[in-house]
Amino acid sequence: MTMCQISLQVNGLERSLIVPPMSRLLDVLRHELGLTGTKEGCGEGECGSCSVLMNGDLVNSCMVPIAQAAGASVVTIEGLGNRARLHPVQRAFLECGGAQCGICTPGMIMATVYLLDRNPHPTQDEIHEGLNGNLCRCTGYVRIFEAVEKAAGSME
Amino acid sequence: MQQERIVGKPVFRKEGVAKVCGAACYIDDLSMPGMIFGATVRSTIPRGRILNIEFGPGIPWDEFVIVTADDIPGKNYIALINNDWPCLADNFVNHPQEPIVLLAHANRELLPQAVAAVHIEYEELPSVHSIEESESRQTIVWGEDNVLKSYLLEKGDVDSAFAQPDVVIVEGEYTTGAQEHLYIETNGAIAAYNEQEGLTVWGSLQCPFYVHKSLMAVTGLAEDKVRVIQVETGGAFGGKEDYPSMIGSHAALLAMKARHPVKMIYDRMEDMAATTKRHPSRSRHRTVVTKDGKLLAADIEFCLDGGAYTTLSSTVLSRATIHAAGPYRWPNIRVTARAFATNTPPHGAFRGFGAPQSLFAIERHMDRVANVIGLTPEELRRKNLLHTGDTTATGQEIGQRIDLEGWMELALKHAGYYENKARFNLQNVEGRLRKGIGFATFLHGAGFTGSGERYLNSLVGVDATPEGRIRVLVSSTEFGQGTNTVLSQIAAEALGIGYDAVEMAPPDTSIVPNSGPTVASRTSMVVGKLVQSAALGLKQTLIASGLLADRYTTRELQDAARSYIAKYGGLCSLSRYQAPPSVNWDDQKYRGEAYAAYAWAVYVAEVTVDLTTYSVTVDDFVALQEVGRVLNPVLATGQIEGGVVQGIGYALYEKVVWDQGLMKNNQMTNYIIPTSQDVPKIRVFFEEVPFEHSAYGAKGIGELPMDGPAPAIMNAIAHATGEDFNSIPLLSEEIAERLAVQSPALKEMVAI
Repeated sequence: MTMCQISLQVNGLERSLIVPPMSRLLDVLRHELGLTGTKEGCGEGECGSCSVLMNGDLVNSCMVPIAQAAGASVVTIEGLGNRARLHPVQRAFLECGGAQCGICTPGMIMATVYLLDRNPHPTQDEIHEGLNGNLCRCTGYVRIFEAVEKAAGSME
Repeated sequence: MQQERIVGKPVFRKEGVAKVCGAACYIDDLSMPGMIFGATVRSTIPRGRILNIEFGPGIPWDEFVIVTADDIPGKNYIALINNDWPCLADNFVNHPQEPIVLLAHANRELLPQAVAAVHIEYEELPSVHSIEESESRQTIVWGEDNVLKSYLLEKGDVDSAFAQPDVVIVEGEYTTGAQEHLYIETNGAIAAYNEQEGLTVWGSLQCPFYVHKSLMAVTGLAEDKVRVIQVETGGAFGGKEDYPSMIGSHAALLAMKARHPVKMIYDRMEDMAATTKRHPSRSRHRTVVTKDGKLLAADIEFCLDGGAYTTLSSTVLSRATIHAAGPYRWPNIRVTARAFATNTPPHGAFRGFGAPQSLFAIERHMDRVANVIGLTPEELRRKNLLHTGDTTATGQEIGQRIDLEGWMELALKHAGYYENKARFNLQNVEGRLRKGIGFATFLHGAGFTGSGERYLNSLVGVDATPEGRIRVLVSSTEFGQGTNTVLSQIAAEALGIGYDAVEMAPPDTSIVPNSGPTVASRTSMVVGKLVQSAALGLKQTLIASGLLADRYTTRELQDAARSYIAKYGGLCSLSRYQAPPSVNWDDQKYRGEAYAAYAWAVYVAEVTVDLTTYSVTVDDFVALQEVGRVLNPVLATGQIEGGVVQGIGYALYEKVVWDQGLMKNNQMTNYIIPTSQDVPKIRVFFEEVPFEHSAYGAKGIGELPMDGPAPAIMNAIAHATGEDFNSIPLLSEEIAERLAVQSPALKEMVAI
């Protein structure tokens, strides 16, 4: 199998890897770097569970060949906060009940971070639209919408 | 109401921090030394004899571990009710996607091409693919008559009621489609085996002891040589009640042959095509009603499409049968229910478990009955809703204080029903957008049906570790509904200590007792009660030992537990299920207390039907329910909202497209579930009538919200369009087909 050397920045750290160039960014994060917080839901860019930030853009990491991420800066759920120090969006999801089974949660939180970064005070419609690439089967989205509003308030 | 410190409060989800940090560990996040990967070769035909299995060229087969039915050391079935579901097809297949050969290899990337290189030759046999084909018995595919299970529920004298003069008879047929669970985490399991320790299976699953039972049967290993551990589970909704026994057995067979740990994770397409779904149904109603709207008798014929094997169809049918009567007073009623075999993958448990199907029919039918005799939907219900002291279709007396009429009025008031209805009636005369409002009144039995809870005989423990940590020991699992949180709240409340001082023991069959499966909205009500008694037992033990005073702090209880363990070696309090005194059930006659308690609800939907695109949007939704005491308002509200949105999908979006028993749209691209932009404003209201035989008065909650949305929405669409739509899912195409001829735009075109 052809391999290539790829360098990229993940959660602020420079990483250099030898991987097949068509490996999915998702698999590199999960298998090579042990960052299992990014989840696979469908493998075809429909559900958004594998959402990460790449150079500030929200991408489905299952659709990104690693060669395309060469030199990029990637932020995953692990790069936002940790148990001792939650990111305001993580805290809002915890407090509002935005996470139920939790499998869509990392992707949903990344999508929220992206949304609030672009639009710190979204309207209800803007929240609904901003999260429409991330599917959740548990919550019916209502607690998630509340969490986004709460996070927007707390990040002022 | 008692003043509690922790129960009834919106404490945070126990595993919430791990989930929002991405640190919660799901099955595909786990890895083990020497672990290899498994895959499944499945049937490509609906029914036939396997003539030959050939391992095609180009694959280094000697590197693969290969398992067929011949390698099964024990029994070749998944242990459920009838044990008719093969673990691996042996000479014969009964549905597309039936597992036949298992493969394992260290390189995950090689598996897809290896699966494709296994060629199976069949002698194809005739197959059946609908309730109608199955009941015609032209081809027998199961048993002697294709009937997986049947029930007859009878009360009063139905035939005489139909013969009365001056009554109105209303008939109707209602159908519901299959529904895919679409948990965002697909099915997965890891198995490891060695002779000393035996077999361990980790999995995404609801019921550790169901998997344990199946593994014992398939492997022939002794009880203490099989261990099942549930890991964080990314959604289930019933879909991980039965199938984990299958994928867990497959991983186990491969691991036992390979002598390596084996991981099996389905991709989305395999998960959707091969695993269970909600049973499709057909209901035929015949109702006798007086001209002023008093229901005299119902004759209901209810059928399920069970798929190729019995799996859980008999219990799904049982719940559907009892819920077919709805929340009404029937002096006379007969429900004839049958589950038919077809050559589709077996249908299984899905939130609501038969009730959403039969309640859809009765609630749609009640609006039609009202319409026929010239009453409004609410007038008909006022005359016939159950009251305290009335008896249900199974003869169960409603002992609980209920006020269905009052709750209906309250829900209608919250929804602005009367004003909106009048306004829409005026507006709907013209224009492209037609608005409608409709509702459903319904009930949902909590816990196992009939004598189920007695058979389960659940056992729960609360213990302390040598470090003084207090743990809840249950096999009841967390998969998003809040088991960890609610059971910890109950234990903390009963022990009089802080919520943070209670933890959940790992859901590992070698550690926790069998508190029964995590299904049937039984966890808060049934298991919660046992947690409460076990916690009280632990507290009493400590007080009786003299190590704990009557009044104490969390720290003092922990210290006392530590001292107790140092002195006596261990501290564990167990509690076993006892049926409430009034609960008796006759399995033969289908009479008695079908459920220890019911939750009650009224759901109101407001919709817009666009006469140009024929799309339906749900604009507003009121969900009012009486579920006993609400143990955690944030979690409970989240359960209701999530269920309502699944119900909206069931009604309007989620269509499984079948071709000879095979799901054709097995992708998220073409099986559509609601997104964040499809969700209406959902207003959730709880009425709380504490149930005396449960922990702090809680009843079941998880399944209830799945029952009401579909009939409420279809009733609203009938109001908006003047047309009765009696089949779900109702997609734009079907609305167009019915309404196109009436549309003003089309009439204009025709005129030109």
